[in-house]
Amino acid sequence: MATVAPSGEGRPKILVFSTNNISDPGIDLAGSQHMNYSSSVKVISIPCSGGINPNWVLHALEAGFDGVFIAADGGDCAYLPDCTTRTARIAERAQGMLKERGKDPRRVKMAAICSVCSEPFVSHMRQFTEALSKL
Amino acid sequence: MSGKRIGAFICHCGGNISDYVDEEKVRAAAEKESGVAVAKTFIFSCSEAAQQEMIRTIQEEKLDGIVIASCSPKLHLTTFRAMAKRSGLNPYMYTQVNVREQCSWAHRHEREEATGKAIHLVRAGVARTRLGVPLTDLRIETTPAALVVGAGVAGMRAALALSDIGMAVYVVERAAEVGGRIPRWGRMFPNDRDGAEMIGTLLQAIRGREGITLFTDAEVVGKSGSVGDFSVVVRVRGVEEITLRIGAIVVATGFDPYPPKAGEFGYGLPGVVTLPEFRELVAGANGQIRYGDREVRNIVYVYCVGSRQAATEGHPHPNLYCSRFCCTAAVHTALLANGIDDGVNQYHLYRDMRTYGKSEILFEEAGRKGSVFVRYADDAPPVVERPDGGLLVRVRDGLLGGEEIGIPADLVVLVTGMVPRENANLVNVLKLPIDAGGFFNEIHPKLRPVETVIDGVFVAGAAQGPKTLAESVASSMAAVSKGAALLLKGYVDLPPLVAKVDTERCTWCGECEKTCPFDGAVEKVRQGEKEIACIHPALCKGCGGCVPVCPVEAIDLEGCTNAQVKAMIDALVREAV
Ligand SMILES: Cc1cc2nc3c(=O)[nH]c(=O)nc-3n(C[C@H](O)[C@H](O)[C@H](O)COP(=O)(O)OP(=O)(O)OC[C@H]3O[C@@H](n4cnc5c(N)ncnc54)[C@H](O)[C@@H]3O)c2cc1C
Ligand code: SF4
Ligand code: SF4
Repeated sequence: MATVAPSGEGRPKILVFSTNNISDPGIDLAGSQHMNYSSSVKVISIPCSGGINPNWVLHALEAGFDGVFIAADGGDCAYLPDCTTRTARIAERAQGMLKERGKDPRRVKMAAICSVCSEPFVSHMRQFTEALSKL
Repeated sequence: MSGKRIGAFICHCGGNISDYVDEEKVRAAAEKESGVAVAKTFIFSCSEAAQQEMIRTIQEEKLDGIVIASCSPKLHLTTFRAMAKRSGLNPYMYTQVNVREQCSWAHRHEREEATGKAIHLVRAGVARTRLGVPLTDLRIETTPAALVVGAGVAGMRAALALSDIGMAVYVVERAAEVGGRIPRWGRMFPNDRDGAEMIGTLLQAIRGREGITLFTDAEVVGKSGSVGDFSVVVRVRGVEEITLRIGAIVVATGFDPYPPKAGEFGYGLPGVVTLPEFRELVAGANGQIRYGDREVRNIVYVYCVGSRQAATEGHPHPNLYCSRFCCTAAVHTALLANGIDDGVNQYHLYRDMRTYGKSEILFEEAGRKGSVFVRYADDAPPVVERPDGGLLVRVRDGLLGGEEIGIPADLVVLVTGMVPRENANLVNVLKLPIDAGGFFNEIHPKLRPVETVIDGVFVAGAAQGPKTLAESVASSMAAVSKGAALLLKGYVDLPPLVAKVDTERCTWCGECEKTCPFDGAVEKVRQGEKEIACIHPALCKGCGGCVPVCPVEAIDLEGCTNAQVKAMIDALVREAV
């Protein structure tokens, strides 16, 4: 019996941290509009991007992901008024941890994705996939 | 490992998923996952028949957790949680995996890859469920009293409706008088009732209710507690402080008319007024419209002032939205002017005429009564000047091939939009989220249009965004029914997806308390010898903001614990076997 090919064989594996109420709808919209992006992109949803533990980012890269994309809530965050700054700080901390371990900090990327940001999401995924292939 | 018995249900969604993903392969892979006792496919999982079969399976197989791979949780998370509950399963032992929007629809030309991805996603869902624990909603008893902030039309109608339902109601109005904006503007569309008269009627009704307490010249200065049982502090006339116990809050603090900048479309020149200013003039007119000591013959309206603005270098945060009431308000005001003086000439310089719904009839009528409509292009706004004592408006007529025309005017009316009222104190006290334009933000514009992320706090009227009176009152009635539904039940069940502290690990560094923006959610407590953090489930919003700041990973967000996220990550990269 043929085994299932590892998804998107050869393409960089990207983990996206996305949020239930803000970036998830944007990513959903990309699918609803039948926009294509690499099937090696996989999403874990959480309530707020200000709650991402940098250790998770590190864990993902150590477990075999090639890159981690943090979909930040930006100014739309319903929980934290300073969500953007917090999320940026988390991304920086994760990058710092990577550097300490001799990994390329460019494997972590953050950008605000809003609930209708289907286009920006897909173009971020294209760019990140490309950038990671070159690392 | 955990000895859980998990069911994995894979949905075809008609062909929406199964056309692009090999469902049988996904099912077979799911079946092999540790902890999975049964894996099935369904044509439409959300159908009643499928739900019945799932319930049967859960009961017969004695499952203690399920994963449904289907559409976005936005659609059916609550459906399936309710189904889980009906089957006797703990609703929080259910994980929804999105293999439609985030898989089949996004990878339609790569069946094999999409199938592989779906398998990974299902495994991650199983991993999350494997580490899940049954959770119970937090039940809080509610106080059958409501607070309405702002006594404009929206707030006054809300107070009466809440009182109709039997709630005790407190109304807090910042100004000395009730009524908000409309008492000064005379007759209002759509039925030409006088604003002051409407407010008079509402005030009389409110005064006649024993259950309504009205505070004017008052402000909310403190709030504690949580949904169903808030305690708010109201400061009356700047001094006296009163504490009220209430279960829900309706915020109806209204709007400000957009204040044009000096020079914006000639604002500041004599004879250039805003629509609200013109409304006062019209409301006070007697047989003739006068400005200063002169009779007004030619009126030019410039639409979209302060609305639908473009971002420019000098103006990086424009009002992008349409204020929606203003096209109709301007057309209606023109009809009022016609009614006072048949001889006025009125020119409407507009971008798009948005007299939507029944208001289109007013637009038609204004045309019949002689109003002239000139459409200008976004990149060629009218110019208002005062070359030699009289006002002149120059505009390129978009419908006449861009030919420039000059209209002499006695009065130029800037049809100004709505902006949020200055309300920094209230925002701070209630912790209300605001949108990009500064209006209060609802949770979801379509599905939860009057609820905010602060449970028990609802928004109504123009405080939420530009609205007409009818729309303001409609949203106010929606806020009332959501609020009353909450309070009449007598209790609220809060989703328990909040942060919890591992008391063994916590060393009380205080970082979580410092980072949490919600008053009282994190508190230092003593446990035996040790001081530790305690997170109050009813006050924690479940944002997880404290998770990354804890140096010892002592904080976990229920449903999204450190262990669960890491297990999901592992499942997402593990190669197929
Ligand atoms: C020129 C003009 C003409 C219009 N004509 C029409 C028309 O003909 N027909 C129509 O349907 N609509 C019309 N509208 C729209 C209409 O005015 C609004 O829909 C309506 O006023 C909204 O009511 P509201 O109660 O939400 O807000 P508001 O009328 O603004 O009332 C809000 C109240 O809250 C109070 N408040 C604010 N902050 C606080 C606080 N922190 N604490 C306590 N109280 C506070 C304010 O003092 C005020 O009393 C017009 C609007 C304009 C600008
Ligand atoms: S941040 Fe962690 S260790 Fe510090 S007090 Fe909070 S829970 Fe305890
Ligand atoms: S999860 Fe958010 S609301 Fe809850 S305690 Fe942590 S920071 Fe505060």
